[in-house]
Formats: sequence, structure tokens, C-alpha cells
Amino acid sequence: MSISKIATANPGRKVLSTKVAGTVVWLITILWTIPTFGLFASSFRNKQDIFLSGWWHVFTNPHFTLSNYHAVLFGSSSSTLSNGVLPFLMNSIVITIPAVIFPVVVATMAAYCLAWVKFKGSDALFFFIFALQIVPIQMSLVPLLQLFTGGAHVGSITIIPKLGIAGHFAGIWLPHTMFALPLAIYLLHNFIASLPRDLMEAAHVDGANHFKIFRQIVLPLSVPAIAAFAIFQFLWVWNDLLVALTFASGTEEVAPINVKLASLVGQWGSGWETLTAGAFVTIAIPLIVFFSLQRFFVRGLLAGSVK
Amino acid sequence: MDSFLSTNLSKFEQVVVAVAAFFAILMVVFYLAGKANGRKQRPVAILVLLGPAMVLLTAGLIVPAIQTILFSFKDANSVAFIGFQNYSWLIGNPDMRKVLINTLLWIVVTPFATTALGLFLAIMLDRMKRESVAKSLLFMPMAISFVGASVIWKFVYDYAVPSKPQTGLLSAIVRSLGFKPSNWILTQPLNTFLLMIIFIWVQTGFAMVILSAAIKAVPADIVEASALDGAHGWQLFKNITFPMVRSTTIVVFATMLVTSLKLFDIVRTMTGGNFGTSVISNEMYAEVFVRFDQGRGSALAVILFVFVMPILIYNIRNLRRERTNA
Repeated sequence: MSISKIATANPGRKVLSTKVAGTVVWLITILWTIPTFGLFASSFRNKQDIFLSGWWHVFTNPHFTLSNYHAVLFGSSSSTLSNGVLPFLMNSIVITIPAVIFPVVVATMAAYCLAWVKFKGSDALFFFIFALQIVPIQMSLVPLLQLFTGGAHVGSITIIPKLGIAGHFAGIWLPHTMFALPLAIYLLHNFIASLPRDLMEAAHVDGANHFKIFRQIVLPLSVPAIAAFAIFQFLWVWNDLLVALTFASGTEEVAPINVKLASLVGQWGSGWETLTAGAFVTIAIPLIVFFSLQRFFVRGLLAGSVK
Repeated sequence: MDSFLSTNLSKFEQVVVAVAAFFAILMVVFYLAGKANGRKQRPVAILVLLGPAMVLLTAGLIVPAIQTILFSFKDANSVAFIGFQNYSWLIGNPDMRKVLINTLLWIVVTPFATTALGLFLAIMLDRMKRESVAKSLLFMPMAISFVGASVIWKFVYDYAVPSKPQTGLLSAIVRSLGFKPSNWILTQPLNTFLLMIIFIWVQTGFAMVILSAAIKAVPADIVEASALDGAHGWQLFKNITFPMVRSTTIVVFATMLVTSLKLFDIVRTMTGGNFGTSVISNEMYAEVFVRFDQGRGSALAVILFVFVMPILIYNIRNLRRERTNA
């Protein structure tokens, strides 16, 4: 925008409004950051300090310790965290990686098919898939859990045998993959449908089949859209509580760290000092991803919302 | 430590095996399907590319949604049909009525608050210099889970008996202003609004980023022309900027509406649904997995579905209009 022109139209006012806007934004930003900073500061204070004075006393009486992080990571006999949160952190990673890769690949395939291998009713099918976002996850939980534990039957005929994956990682990957598809297909379809037609036609003329086009043209060109959705899905899975609570038991074997953190909060009064560090361990990885890949992330959100 | 290492290695092995198997199967299927030629080529391609998604959507969303509707007319163990009893319980039970009212409060207050604040910040950001750091910090809570956010705010809302020092920020501020702090999380109906603040804190950054992008997309010459015509401040916003970001604002608002409607984590983590703060999603989880009543839990899920429906129908109609215009 040519600011100079507006400035000449009304110089004093423009400078003033820039200053006012900056001040207002910074005030809100500080207000927005204080709660996080408070927890961050608390996580480096020992138990007595946390109980006897507010975190803002770190400015007048700086006294820091890493003991909370030590207790959270490696466990301590005094708290409920006998083994520490590392197994849960590991579970989160183990849950998240396939729960991002699977829906991304399946959705990219479907999106390409709906956009470029047109068939009778493919547009209607696309709208139907988009409309499936109407189904709240809450509606799927119970039937899906029953499918995993009991299989599917019509009368006495078994259509799908019991999968026996409840309480295993596969039992969490699968629901996350299913729930991600409507949004993923919609976002990737938008992008893939806008790839140049000439490119596809030239490849067909060269004798490439759909699978070759998908692998060698569509996949490489869709990387920005895939990256955007992958980051979105990563944050969604990592931060999820409901799906994890339903499909993973709360045990060290499969439960992600977010479930563990939620159960730590439930234990009122005890172990607040570990809660502080536990929370920071939980949010550290998404924050790193967020700050390093913010551009892609914003692009992903934009693709989903502005249009 | 040894066993710790080996369990974690075996967990990671599962990931490697699962992902490798997934890609291996895909490669084999692609290779075999690529052999099809002539008239079979297209149907095979459609089956292979679209099939997996359709199977997953059918098993994961379509069939379960129908089953849940059926369950909502059955008893606790989904054996006998009991008609509308679950729904009449939903409406007749005073605790449930409170849950419905709370959910209504959430979907009235939080979408307005987040969208309005997000829009305000987006406009202010557009006028200031060096906006990127502030923008990142305001957006940051979006990366934090609702559970993490709840822990952060637990330390803000913490309350200690008057004889002890107040370590919660809110209590300390209230006390320094000369008032008596109360046990915030137990105070009804204030506590529901305190939980909403957590939601607003997390989601406003999202609204801001989306709206900020929309404002930046408003053509500069239009803004310039009207500025030269003497429009500025509120006039400029009301007559030029807002009409141009109106559709984005509605999308943001609808997204917030759906997110707040399905909200579960904050209530579950902060109060477990106690002290008069429960919402539909939390009650649904409690009915099914704590009180083991599938019928009532399913009825609650169906209520969510009915609430979400008009918003998504609106979105679908928009999408259709866009498609036909394009």
C-alpha cells in the first residue's frame, strides 16, 4: 500500500494512528503472554516457592532449579510420576507420525482422483465428503470402539472380524486417519484441481497412466499443500485428548503425553511443581514446530478458511 | 533404564514397520493396477485411488453416525428400543438442562468474542509497523493443546485460603485492588466464563491471522482512493474494509462456533464437568465411559450433530455457489 499518499492526505492522523495501533497491540500481546510466562517461570521454582509465593516473585527473589524437569523426565519416588513422562512422550511421537502420514497419503490419492479422473458423480461425491465434516467425532467414538473390539456383524454373519486393535497404537492411528479425511480431501482437492491442465494432458499423451502421473507430477507439485495440512494434522493429533482417551487406555504402553498431563491436573493440590514442568514438556514440541514452520502452518489454515 | 530403552525401541519399531508396510502395499497395488490397460484402466485407477478413502470414511464416519442415531433410541446397553426416552431425559433432567444452557452460553459468547477481538487485532496490526513478533506471540497459544492451556490458566485461577499467600495471578490482582478473592473455579456461574477465557485465549490468534490475511488482500488502490476522498478510521473500516472481509469473518465465526460446540478438553481438564460447568461433549463422554449408558451418550452426540448441521449446510451452499461461479 502506498502509505505516502495517505500520509500526505492526512499526515498527523496517520502517524498518530500507527503509534496508537502499535501500543494497543503490544499491550494485548503482553497480556496474552503473561499466563504462559507465569507457568514457564514456575516450572523453574522449587516446591516451597511455588506454594508460598506467586511466580512474579522471581523478579525480586530469583531462585531457580531444574528439579521439576528432572522429576518429570526421569520420575521421582515422591510424586505420582514414578517413571517420568518420557514413555508418554514417546507414545505421542509414535502415535503422531503414522497418524499424519496415513491420512495425507490416502487423502492426496482421493483428491487427485476426484479432481482429475472424473467420473459420473465425482463432483457429487466430493460435496458428500466435504459434508461429512458435519459428523462430530463424538458420534463415531462408540460404534468405532465396538468395531475394534467386536467386529461387525449382520445377524450371525460376520462382515468384519474383530480387529483386536483397541488399546494398541493401530487403534489410535486408524480413528485419527478416518477423522482427518473429510478436511484433508477438501483442502488437497482445492490445490490439486488448480494444477495446470496442460501438464496432465501432456503426460497422458506421453503414455503415463494415472499412477505414474500421481507419483511423478501430482505428489511433487502438491508438496506445499501437503506440508500445510501435515502441520495442521500434526498439531491436531498431538494436542488431541478425546480420541486418545477413548481409544488408548491411560497406561504407559500407549497413552500420549497429553492424556498423562490431563490426568496429572486431576490430582488436585499434589504435585503442582511437576505439573508446571510436565506442561512445558508437553507443549515444547508443538511450539518448536509452530515457530519453525509457521509460514506453512498459516498457509494451511488459510487454505482451509479463506475461500 | 535398559528395559526403558528396549520398550521404546520396540514402540518405534512399530512405527517403522507400519509406515513401511503402508508404502510397500501401496507400491505393489500401484504396480499391479498400472498393468491394467484399455477400458479397464480408468475403473481400476478410480478403485485404487479412491477406494481406501471411501472404505475409511464409511467405516469411520458414515456407518458410526447411523449407528449412533440408532443407539440414541435404545437403552443403556443398546439392546432394547425405548423410543424417545433418552431425549426426554435430556430435556427433562435439570442437570442436563444446565448442560444444554452452558453449551448455548459457550456458542453465544466465545465465537463473538474471538471473532471480534481477532478482527480488532487484525485491523490494528495492519496499521502498525513491525507486526510480526507481536503476531507470532498472539498466535502462539494456537499451538498449545487445550489441556496445556488449562494447566497454564489453572495457575492464573489458583486460590488459597485467606491466611495463606495467594499464588494465583487473578487472586493476587484482586487482592492488591483491595477486594477479597474467591475460589474462582467453584464460583457459579462465573466459572463457566473463566473457562471461556481459556478458549478465547487459545483461539483469538487463529481468528486474527485469518482476518489479517483477508485485510491485507483488500486492494490497496481502493483504500487509497477512499482515503483521498477523506474517509478514515471508523468510516473507512465500516464502508470499505469490513464489506470486503465480510465473508472471511463469517467463515471464522462459523469455525469458532463449531469448535466451541464440540469443546471437551478445557471443561474436562479444569473441572471434570463439576461445579455446574459441564457441556454436551463432556457429558457425552461421561455417560458412555463413566456411567456406561450408551443410549444417553448417543442422544447427546446426536444433539451435537443437530446443532452443527445448519452451520455446515451454510458452508456447503457457499462452496457450491463458489464452484458454479468459478
